[in-house]
Amino acid sequence: MNRIRVLPLLPVGALALAGCGSKQDTLTPHGPAAKSVASLWWWLLGGAVVGLGTITALLILAWARRGSMGEGRQPGERAGWIVVVTLGIGVMVAGLAALFVVADIFVIRDTEAPAAGKTALTVRAVGHQWFWEFDYPGTSAVTADEMHIPARTPVLLVAKTADVIHSFWVPELNRKIDTIPGQRNAIELYADKPGRYRGSCSQYCGLQHAHMSMYLFADPPARYRAWLAAQSRPARPPTTALARRGERVFLQGACASCHTIRGTPAHGYVGPDLTHLASRTSLAGLTIPNRKDSLARWIVDSQHIKPGNQMPDLNLTGPQLQSLLAYLETLR
Amino acid sequence: MATLELPAEQRVDRLERMWQPRPGILGWLTTTDHKRVGLLYFWTTLGLFGAGGVEALLMRTQLIHANNDVLTPGQYDQVFTMHGITMIFFFIIPMTTGAFGNYLIPLMIGARDMAFPRMNALSYWIFLASGIFLYVGFATGNGPNAAWFGFPPLSSRPFDPNRSIEFYTLALIFNGISSSLASANFIVTMFKMRAPGMSFNRLPTFCYAFLAASFGLLFALPALSADCIFLYLDRMVGTHFFDVARGGSVLLWQHLFWFFGHPEVYILIVPAFGIATAIIPAFTQRKLVAYPLVAVAELLVVFIGFGVWAHHMFVVGLPTITIVFFAAATAMVVIPSSIQVFAWCMSMLTGMPRFKTPLLFIAGFIFMFVNGGLTGIMFVAVPFDQQVHDTYFVIAHFHYIIFGAAVFPIFGGMYYWFPKVTGKLYFEKPGQISFWIIFVGTNLLFFPMYVVGLLGMPRQVYTYPGNMGWTAYNLAETMGAYLTALGIAVLFANLVVSYFRGPPSGPDPWLGPTLEWATSSPPPEYNFPVIPTVSSAYANWDDDDRELDARKLAEGVMVLEQGHEHPVSTTVDGLFSEVVELPHSSAWPLILTVCLSVVFVMLVIGKFGVAGIFAVLCLLSLLGWHSREPQEA
Repeated sequence: MNRIRVLPLLPVGALALAGCGSKQDTLTPHGPAAKSVASLWWWLLGGAVVGLGTITALLILAWARRGSMGEGRQPGERAGWIVVVTLGIGVMVAGLAALFVVADIFVIRDTEAPAAGKTALTVRAVGHQWFWEFDYPGTSAVTADEMHIPARTPVLLVAKTADVIHSFWVPELNRKIDTIPGQRNAIELYADKPGRYRGSCSQYCGLQHAHMSMYLFADPPARYRAWLAAQSRPARPPTTALARRGERVFLQGACASCHTIRGTPAHGYVGPDLTHLASRTSLAGLTIPNRKDSLARWIVDSQHIKPGNQMPDLNLTGPQLQSLLAYLETLR
Repeated sequence: MATLELPAEQRVDRLERMWQPRPGILGWLTTTDHKRVGLLYFWTTLGLFGAGGVEALLMRTQLIHANNDVLTPGQYDQVFTMHGITMIFFFIIPMTTGAFGNYLIPLMIGARDMAFPRMNALSYWIFLASGIFLYVGFATGNGPNAAWFGFPPLSSRPFDPNRSIEFYTLALIFNGISSSLASANFIVTMFKMRAPGMSFNRLPTFCYAFLAASFGLLFALPALSADCIFLYLDRMVGTHFFDVARGGSVLLWQHLFWFFGHPEVYILIVPAFGIATAIIPAFTQRKLVAYPLVAVAELLVVFIGFGVWAHHMFVVGLPTITIVFFAAATAMVVIPSSIQVFAWCMSMLTGMPRFKTPLLFIAGFIFMFVNGGLTGIMFVAVPFDQQVHDTYFVIAHFHYIIFGAAVFPIFGGMYYWFPKVTGKLYFEKPGQISFWIIFVGTNLLFFPMYVVGLLGMPRQVYTYPGNMGWTAYNLAETMGAYLTALGIAVLFANLVVSYFRGPPSGPDPWLGPTLEWATSSPPPEYNFPVIPTVSSAYANWDDDDRELDARKLAEGVMVLEQGHEHPVSTTVDGLFSEVVELPHSSAWPLILTVCLSVVFVMLVIGKFGVAGIFAVLCLLSLLGWHSREPQEA
């Protein structure tokens, strides 16, 4: 057995993807819903600073009176009552009522599931332990961990799950939404400008909840249409002899029992659809970049990179691995 | 009565004999003395606090920098789940209700014991057994690992095939039995065992808080227990409560869990409010501002707390109208808390504050509680809640509440009542140092969590990438965690040294307002040589009443030295109604607990036959419980 040995690869590959769109910051919104929430936050912060400032001031005033001598055991009871009733009840009720009206009657409209017909396009996100599957109803396009939408276009995101509860969250565009078994939840996605936005599963979903992130690419509409058309096509048959050997390794080995490659007999549903694997920038829920070396390490030793993931040790020989890699590279 | 002509010393001698505990370890194993039960609770919860604290430090060590590998993902999942369960169910609830409540409530209401002393012992032994049960699971690699909220389907058999969730469901049910028994006991004790004269409007606010927590537990726990039974049946018997494919619902779990889980938050902090309302009058030498409002607010916060559970579920896809209703309820629950915060502040501001260690902890508690409370108010704003839900922002919020608003008063209370329990004074300087280390440490630990939450860091991740802008904050948090641990070490070192070297405190070093300060330190087994006279909510400040007690002792009025005699009062007005005999020490609570423990262990491994046999033994030991006990002459 000429089994390839590779050094363990720490899941630092995402470093290579640093730069634009590597953050998931709620305070740098790039869509109308996230913008509403962010400005709501700044108001909330202002209110909280006033509240905490008031109480801290009272505590400091009390500190300044330390050791003072008073008369009797109920001095200033009337003043105390007045403060408790006016600030503790009156001002609080008014503040809470204002907050409720602004946030839960007006701002909530920006984050609600969109009304039917409001969106131009639907994307379905299906949470799996531990990757995201995206499909585009009306086409045969299926991808994993990286979704594309047209920029400046309202998109309906339908959140589903294949197993446990996950939560779809791309904070720079909108709030999160859980994927509940047996339920169809939805939010609207709208990106103000083309770019790459990062998201994470934000409901604890088991061992590799930490490695269940995704990229959302907002493309200019023309590029989006081209991308979707390419993704909808089945895989092209391999042309080189090496890649054809790789295809046989894929179809005859364990790969095909878990993965789908459209246009071949591989129809597994445990792992992600690999039809256009080579068009993706990252692997395994953004754990590692999609480069030949890291893909090789993933195939050989995925349990070290992402312990507990569903990919078994395939016991490939060196030549088998090389041909498999050559084949996977053709899946553009 | 024939004893009328006895002099006072002989009456007290007789009381001593009547209430004498069995010597040595046997005395502790069979004790029904609320003070001993309270101390047992204290030491046990302290041990579990240590375990939960080590778990916290392990998590913070794992997260000190990106892509760290101190813990494997599987270990991390168990550790954070155990941390949550331990701190909530096995530290704060038993520390407040079990330790503080048991030790102090009978003393504060002028009683000699709890209404059901044996049931009280039983609640402790069951609590101890449930703690051991949970940690046996952890030690055998079956620690619960589906987060403290255990959502199915992640916690269902296909996704969690070993015994982890059996230990989870059964430990919570087991622990719930203990809490329910304790709660019922507290309610009856506060309703019926108050010294004659202590009408409900003279009940210390500390007791109101524990009354609210007890009612909360009693009504909230059944939802949790039912939920755990459903999950246990799904996993072990094959029912389909949470199996969507067979018509079950995974949201059923969440509704029941949070129907328990949100009142639970108030159950955690309301006793701490009670501790604050006990400490503030003592260190300001002033009655609490707006006592009636505070007492009502303590009850109201738990009551409204039952109507807000779905604010934990704003992202599961509930209809907007439902969400808005629960947001409104969440806004309402703020009011009783804000009433109390302003009442505490105004009490300090208008009184004569002496910032000794206990009051420092209370001032720190107010700051932390308002901090966490204000971010809690932010969750009224549904869109903001939906954005930061399940991020570190929420972790920061509820740790400001749970550590800041529950643990700070617990620490303050430890200092405040240390002289009462030990008869020694603690050392003030190290006490203040421990406060400042803990105050700085916890803020360094929890405040950056708000920021990383806003920067998008999800909770319950065992690691994180290095390029997200989270690393520096996580490093600060870990430093804060170790600083907090240092402060807690200073606190306990101070208390241990004070126990051995501290100067004697006398019965009432703080001029405390409530009745526990009217008796010696530590209190005798029978608490008070004469059932105290009460004519206000600050009974120990009524000097005339205390003089009256001395005269009553001399005359033999309300000494009740013929056995474990205890006066029973009318529920509302606190008028004397009759004298009852309280049971003596007993081994039956411990025997019953041992049988019950076997039942639970057998349920883990699915041996229903053996479990049934031991359930019958439990019933038999209940029969033994009621057998007659020897009456001393």
